[in-house]
Amino acid sequence: MKMPAPDAAVLQRRSEIIEALRRIVPGEAVIASEAERRAYESDGLTAYHQLPMVVVLPSRVEEVAAVLRYCSELGVKVVPRGAGTSLSGGALPLADGVLLGMARFNRILDIDYDNRCVTAQPGVTNLALTQAVERAGFYYAPDPSSQIACTIGGNVAENSGGVHCLKYGLTTNNILGVEMVLIDGEMVRLGGKHFDADGYDLLGVVTGSEGLLGIVTEVTVRILPKPSAARALLIGFATAEDAGECVAAIIAAGIIPGGMEMMDRPAIHAAEAFVKAGYPLDVEALLIVELDGAPAEIDDLIGRVDALARAHRATTIRTSRDDAERLAFWSGRKAAFPAVGRISPDYFCMDGTIPRARLAEVLTRMRGLSDRYGLGVANVFHAGDGNLHPLILYDANQPGEIERAEEFGADILRLCVEVGGVLTGEHGVGVEKRDLMGVMFNDSDLAHQQRLKCAFDPGGLLNPGKVFPQLHRCAELGRLHVHAARLPFPDLPRF
Amino acid sequence: MTCFAPADLNELRDAIGEALAAEEPLELIAGGTKRGLGRPLQLPRTLDLSHLRGIRDYQPSELVLTAGAATPLAEIEAALAENRQMLAFEPPDWGRLHGLAASEAGRRTLGGAIACNLSGPRRIRAGAARDHFLGFRGVSGRGEIFKSGGKVVKNVTGYDLSKLMAGSFGTLAALEEVTIRVLPRPEHVATLLLRRPTSAMQTMTQALNSPHEVSAAAYLPAGSALSGFTEAVALRLEGPEPSVAFRRERLLAELTTGCEPVVVEGEESTAFWRAIGDAEPFAGLPDQVVWRVSLAPSRGAEFAAAITHHLDAVWYLDWGGGLVWVAVPSAEDGGAAVIRAALRGPDGRGTGHAALIRGPVALRRSIPVFEPQSPALAALAARVKAAFDPRRILNPGRLGEDG
Repeated sequence: MKMPAPDAAVLQRRSEIIEALRRIVPGEAVIASEAERRAYESDGLTAYHQLPMVVVLPSRVEEVAAVLRYCSELGVKVVPRGAGTSLSGGALPLADGVLLGMARFNRILDIDYDNRCVTAQPGVTNLALTQAVERAGFYYAPDPSSQIACTIGGNVAENSGGVHCLKYGLTTNNILGVEMVLIDGEMVRLGGKHFDADGYDLLGVVTGSEGLLGIVTEVTVRILPKPSAARALLIGFATAEDAGECVAAIIAAGIIPGGMEMMDRPAIHAAEAFVKAGYPLDVEALLIVELDGAPAEIDDLIGRVDALARAHRATTIRTSRDDAERLAFWSGRKAAFPAVGRISPDYFCMDGTIPRARLAEVLTRMRGLSDRYGLGVANVFHAGDGNLHPLILYDANQPGEIERAEEFGADILRLCVEVGGVLTGEHGVGVEKRDLMGVMFNDSDLAHQQRLKCAFDPGGLLNPGKVFPQLHRCAELGRLHVHAARLPFPDLPRF
Repeated sequence: MTCFAPADLNELRDAIGEALAAEEPLELIAGGTKRGLGRPLQLPRTLDLSHLRGIRDYQPSELVLTAGAATPLAEIEAALAENRQMLAFEPPDWGRLHGLAASEAGRRTLGGAIACNLSGPRRIRAGAARDHFLGFRGVSGRGEIFKSGGKVVKNVTGYDLSKLMAGSFGTLAALEEVTIRVLPRPEHVATLLLRRPTSAMQTMTQALNSPHEVSAAAYLPAGSALSGFTEAVALRLEGPEPSVAFRRERLLAELTTGCEPVVVEGEESTAFWRAIGDAEPFAGLPDQVVWRVSLAPSRGAEFAAAITHHLDAVWYLDWGGGLVWVAVPSAEDGGAAVIRAALRGPDGRGTGHAALIRGPVALRRSIPVFEPQSPALAALAARVKAAFDPRRILNPGRLGEDG
């Protein structure tokens, strides 16, 4: 994995840059020492690390604007960072780049129940948003599993999902507005407390732009009234095929569960050994189906899902009787990643989406790849929306294993695209899937995306080396080859 | 005037390439039902996309449908209905509002609804057209074929250009194929009608803040003619029948409206919400201009009160107050200055936007049809337009003089 070559001229001016940043953001907020920079060398994708040139932790929007203006004038690269929980290396620093940490933007600014929205600074954690409004009976719907640590600014950058997004959507479906600073220090507001964009939906493209378009300094999210109740079913199957068909049947029956998660045998065993959730160990696939809403609706739907599970040869079915039992069903799934971490020294968490109908085929071929690479794989799966999380087990201390694990992961993602799916469902491209973008997009597709980047950041200074496999100059991308006015397409139907 | 009618993606590219070479901008149309929307165009060439049609892939259990961009909405909706599914964003039909005959209005296309990001009353619960738009293939103003997004419901690979296309009114690219998310149709629907509530805003807010999953909330004041429904807050509940019955009882017990509720079900309920989304109350006022104002929901009634001080306005609220439909006389600026000042509010900090949805051509040329943007935002939008359509050959001026 190659990052853009560091700019020697910038590195030479390092102490001057640090001095200038200290004038903009006074006090302890500029971190230059190697020991302290070490804390920022990596994000949730720990396989990659790089010391940043310098870390800046502004706490006011004016400081963000001034830092960006300075960097833009000097041609210094900027890597934004929230809590650093990215699983795709979205916050991986650059040796010649300023790491702009937004953690000090940690205040909730406005809770507006009449408009069902909360305005917060980007460093507020996802969970803190829900905690701020839950006593009034509300919550913020997207719930990535890192929600205790990940920030709403990072969620906007990555368009984060979670286990409830089949029914309640991703970040992009749950935010109303942002305040954002562009690389030249200009501040813009996109959206507000109202619905829909006036003019181009720039909020829609900024969400999920992985820190390449601007620095979000304020976010307005929608909050929802908490469902009256929730109950879950824990359903075991003898084959992944049966489980996959059962999921399709539930959705075809018109039921959209609040959450629908699947685990395969290795994931079930790892989770059960870790948290003793009471999972059956003699099944190939385990499905958790959570239904939320009015109690009368839940009772009705539980009966229907139960009947569909039986019709699809379920070997075990348990229905939660109370919230404690429901949470116990979830405990294994929510701890699946650390549980796998206990059985393997290292693992890569992959994130492809496939059409659900192809699940059994993909799992079978993945087992074949696992044999070929000699590396284990455990699968957790947001079954409702087809988002797969294969966890590839490896040991970084064994020579060559990390490279094999990377190759295995790339093959899995190629497989996802081959069956009609995509490279990433919720973790983002970052550096991890950057070089696979060509599997899904051709040069024209990528050039159209990069021209959007040019409209926001013509110098390519924001988070370079992420998302796009090749960097092109904006002037080169913008060049248009038009032939002199003539009729070059004589066969076109015209009337 | 020249008209191109490409039959496939390559011909679409050729048509745009030729317009680019000739430097003659194109007006994009398919069903042609939305020509009355936005700034009027007078362009030398028309790009008729209506042959790019047909459902290409539809897997009900995947909740995904792929179709030619110009597939008539009627065809899409019929296919979905066979599988008890729907377009959850309820694309409205403004044909009658624009004085079109039913046969003309029936030409509405899926691509048109997406390109204009048109959504109906369920927007508050299920999202807008843009929230259900998963991916596309098309040709940009550079005359180049490109695609974005995917054919699965969950995808964050690359920039979400679908969002940018939704609501761009064909000013960035011509869509050839679109993929959308579809959802199960609710098994049962009931509308609660609360006549003469003490406070319409409070009733809607209370209902939307309850856990009872209200999927639409509208208020028709006295004088906003929709026979049988005046001076009432309407709340819609959808879902399995036992659930709707349960929530209806709970909601009525909790609301402090001080009025006797009427429950409307079946075809009458469906027709009511269709009328709300289609601006039916204004179809019978052909001389008035019509505005659609999106703002913070709690400000709906206060905004309406503010404009009626200055304008002879008829109005009603949808989206729990977040959408104000306004009909005013077309004299002078058609109420633009008053409406936009009221939108900003007394402190100038109100967020939102007002769009002129129906008005004479001359008026739509002389005032900004869409909300004017701050200089920084307008400059950014102009750079985005230039990124996709550097020579301004796709619907130039449709969004505004520079859009």
